Amino acid sequence: MNKIIKTKFLNERVKLFEIESPLIARKRKPGQFIMLRISEEGERIPMTIADSNVETGTITIIVQSVGKTTSELQKLEAGDTILDIVGPLGKPTHIEKFGNCVIVGGGVGAAIAYPTAKAIKEIGNYVTIILGAKSKEYIILKDEVSTFADEVYITTDDGSEGMKGLVTEKLKQVIEEQKIDFVLAIGPVPMMEAVASLTKPYGIKTVVSLNSIMLDGTGMCGGCRAVVGGKNVFVCVDGPEFDAHEVDFTILMQRNNIYRDKELECNLEKQANEMQKKMEQNNV
Amino acid sequence: MYKNINARPAMPSQKAEDRIKNFDEVNLGYTVEMAKLEAERCLQCKKPLCVEGCPVSVKIPEFIAAVVEDRFEDAANILRQDNALPAVCGRVCPQEEQCENLCVLSHRSKPIAIGNLERFVADWQRENIGIQVPEIQTSTGKKVAVVGSGPAGLSCAGDLVQMGHEVTVFEALHELGGVLTYGIPEFRLPKEIVKKEIEVLEKAGVKFVRNYIVGVIETLDELLERFDSVFIGVGAGLPYFLNIPGEHLNGIYSANEFLTRINLMKAYKFPENDTPIVTMKDKSVAVFGGGNTALDSVRTAKRLGAKHATIFYRRTEAEMPARIEEIHHAQEEDIEFNFLVAPIKFNGDENGWLKSVTIQRMQLGEPDSSGRRRPLPIPDAIEDIQIEAAIVAIGNGSNPIISQTSPNLNVNQWGNILVEKKTMKTNIPGVFAGGDIVTGGATVILAMGAGRAAARAIDKYLKNKQWETIEVEQAEW
Ligand SMILES: Cc1cc2nc3c(=O)[nH]c(=O)nc-3n(C[C@H](O)[C@H](O)[C@H](O)COP(=O)(O)OP(=O)(O)OC[C@H]3O[C@@H](n4cnc5c(N)ncnc54)[C@H](O)[C@@H]3O)c2cc1C
Ligand SMILES: Cc1cc2nc3c(=O)[nH]c(=O)nc-3n(C[C@H](O)[C@H](O)[C@H](O)COP(=O)(O)OP(=O)(O)OC[C@H]3O[C@@H](n4cnc5c(N)ncnc54)[C@H](O)[C@@H]3O)c2cc1C
Ligand code: SF4
Ligand code: SF4
Ligand code: FES
Repeated sequence: MNKIIKTKFLNERVKLFEIESPLIARKRKPGQFIMLRISEEGERIPMTIADSNVETGTITIIVQSVGKTTSELQKLEAGDTILDIVGPLGKPTHIEKFGNCVIVGGGVGAAIAYPTAKAIKEIGNYVTIILGAKSKEYIILKDEVSTFADEVYITTDDGSEGMKGLVTEKLKQVIEEQKIDFVLAIGPVPMMEAVASLTKPYGIKTVVSLNSIMLDGTGMCGGCRAVVGGKNVFVCVDGPEFDAHEVDFTILMQRNNIYRDKELECNLEKQANEMQKKMEQNNV
Repeated sequence: MYKNINARPAMPSQKAEDRIKNFDEVNLGYTVEMAKLEAERCLQCKKPLCVEGCPVSVKIPEFIAAVVEDRFEDAANILRQDNALPAVCGRVCPQEEQCENLCVLSHRSKPIAIGNLERFVADWQRENIGIQVPEIQTSTGKKVAVVGSGPAGLSCAGDLVQMGHEVTVFEALHELGGVLTYGIPEFRLPKEIVKKEIEVLEKAGVKFVRNYIVGVIETLDELLERFDSVFIGVGAGLPYFLNIPGEHLNGIYSANEFLTRINLMKAYKFPENDTPIVTMKDKSVAVFGGGNTALDSVRTAKRLGAKHATIFYRRTEAEMPARIEEIHHAQEEDIEFNFLVAPIKFNGDENGWLKSVTIQRMQLGEPDSSGRRRPLPIPDAIEDIQIEAAIVAIGNGSNPIISQTSPNLNVNQWGNILVEKKTMKTNIPGVFAGGDIVTGGATVILAMGAGRAAARAIDKYLKNKQWETIEVEQAEW
């Protein structure tokens, strides 16, 4: 169980893993995630199930390295195992015949949006996908989404591919050209907030997937709480997807910074250890 | 024999000024001499009231008599006939409300230290001869699934495996033991003790599956296709918040989160362990609540270096539901107490960090229907108190994962599973439940008692396959 079957770097910071997990593969629905832990001292972190295959009994996760756990995770290769995986967690995406849908994926948000986008397409919606990133190298899953999406647009900050600018600029264009019934936006908090304020005046139903800090992922700790519609919600069990126009993004952003100093410390510690190891090796 | 019925040896403990700097166990345990002295004090009553005070009717005079005669192994075996986790219960039972409360000596002098003796015997067994793997009856070929590895699930699994059934325990977390592992801190209940008990169950043949959330990975109905019977002991795992403005601020934890970060994820060892916790060192930390969970939280905060670690409680010390020993230990550790206060709102800085709490001072009014005097607000007695971290420890509701994924399972308005007392059977044939998921947050010993009662009923059910008429002679849970 939990054996890594296949890995592939999608860009220098994003790596895909196919992991043996037959029970989760059988049960998961688009929008759900797992919690994983890679060592006895490790923390539990959430990762969206990007895809699954019931025949091979595998699930796919797509990991962007942002800190200690994700960068350690990226060192694992086919044949290694992941210590703990639990899931599928969270509510599956509510999917219906919306009509004309736009899915916006910023950075690694594309990986989180991918399974939902596919499911929305499969029940007969018209699906436009906008992928945004810093530059060309950071665009992920373009080929994969192109196999099912009706339209695919790319935006990059530096214009190295697609339109130069932010995903919201492209989204605005699309909204002005077509009648849009549904928007799903997943990416960095400022991006999701910008999409929410863009679609609100048009009255377009908009959903975002919140990336709050999680501990158990089962509704037991309340650490993932966010404020939606003025009420406390637990993102891991009530979400992770919520009505974008109801989410308090300021609070989400503040809470995501709780451990910023600790994360730095953790990474510095890791770097120091690595340097020490290197020095020791050199001495030998 | 001369008995000095007034002396009750005090439990030796780490000095307060030392222990607030570590997470090691506070109590050190009786020596053999102390245990024997205390055991000799017991009057060996013909009609022992103490036993009536114990929810699982431990044969208290019998095990104490064995201690007097140096037959420690026998004492341990007597204890284990009724109590699967004596080393745990000796440490965490609220003895002053249970066995010791009814001990005849409590009127004349001090009650027998039943909990301390129970702990002594169980520790002696573990440390000197090891916990014996119980005898297993011939296999019945029946399979039982136990959901949750807290005290309810563990005791149910232990009994069933002895009866010859094939038992698999499913646990949502990556470690076993429920609240014993993620809730109650190391300084009160060393995790090694819980681990050893679980190892023995494993040797007896219980299979444990971690990282397995029944409901999401497999529903109750699906479990019933693979197992002849299911016991649900999933505990009360949904933290209540105060529901006052500002509760989202950084630095505010539920007790569940705070204690899980520390006990399960070892955040006090950060950065060797990766899970972080907000810095408590030199800060003013407020804990809201008055039960064991609140005391565990506030004492943990002290050990993380808090300058002021304070209990904020609506009522007074007399109404605190926590164990008396913990309240005394907390007082020795310079824990501060702010009684008769109710928080109204949390206030933060521009970056979303907690800065202060606005509280309403209360006074006790007339007794209400429960006989307790209700706290009432004192007009205009509202003030701001500066705090940098807060832990909300006002209780837990039931986690809805099982009931949401099994809509045909009968639960009450708070999500507690409804069972028939005595048999612990639910409305779904083959499915039993017990522990905090049935009662709401209660005690370790009650959860264990419920697990055992269910094990007896499950055994009967598996033998007769008569769901409607499961006959058991047992107390009600
Ligand atoms: C429901 C959900 C699904 C997710 N899916 C994916 C995915 O498919 N691919 C992907 O690359 N990332 C995903 N994430 C984000 C991922 O969990 C974090 O990047 C990861 O936990 C960071 O850990 P770290 O130790 O490497 O970094 P750290 O140095 O610990 O932190 C870096 C950043 O990650 C966030 N973070 C830290 N700890 C946690 C935690 N325990 N839980 C959540 N966020 C945390 C912090 O806000 C911080 O800004 C998802 C998050 C959520 C909540
Ligand atoms: C901090 C704290 C201190 C306490 N101190 C004391 C004390 O001093 N004395 C005392 O007597 N009592 C004390 N209690 C209360 C006591 O711990 C509980 O009453 C007791 O643990 C309840 O046992 P249980 O087996 O019903 O549930 P739990 O111990 O809660 O165990 C339930 C287990 O089920 C698992 N689970 C939940 N859902 C699922 C699922 N869907 N699938 C699989 N597994 C699942 C959980 O992860 C957990 O491990 C304390 C409680 C707390 C929180
Ligand atoms: S199990 Fe608890 S109540 Fe019963 S005798 Fe032991 S300490 Fe007392
Ligand atoms: S009531 Fe007290 S004195 Fe009597 S048997 Fe029980 S413990 Fe001993
Ligand atoms: S992560 Fe603990 S409740 Fe959501």
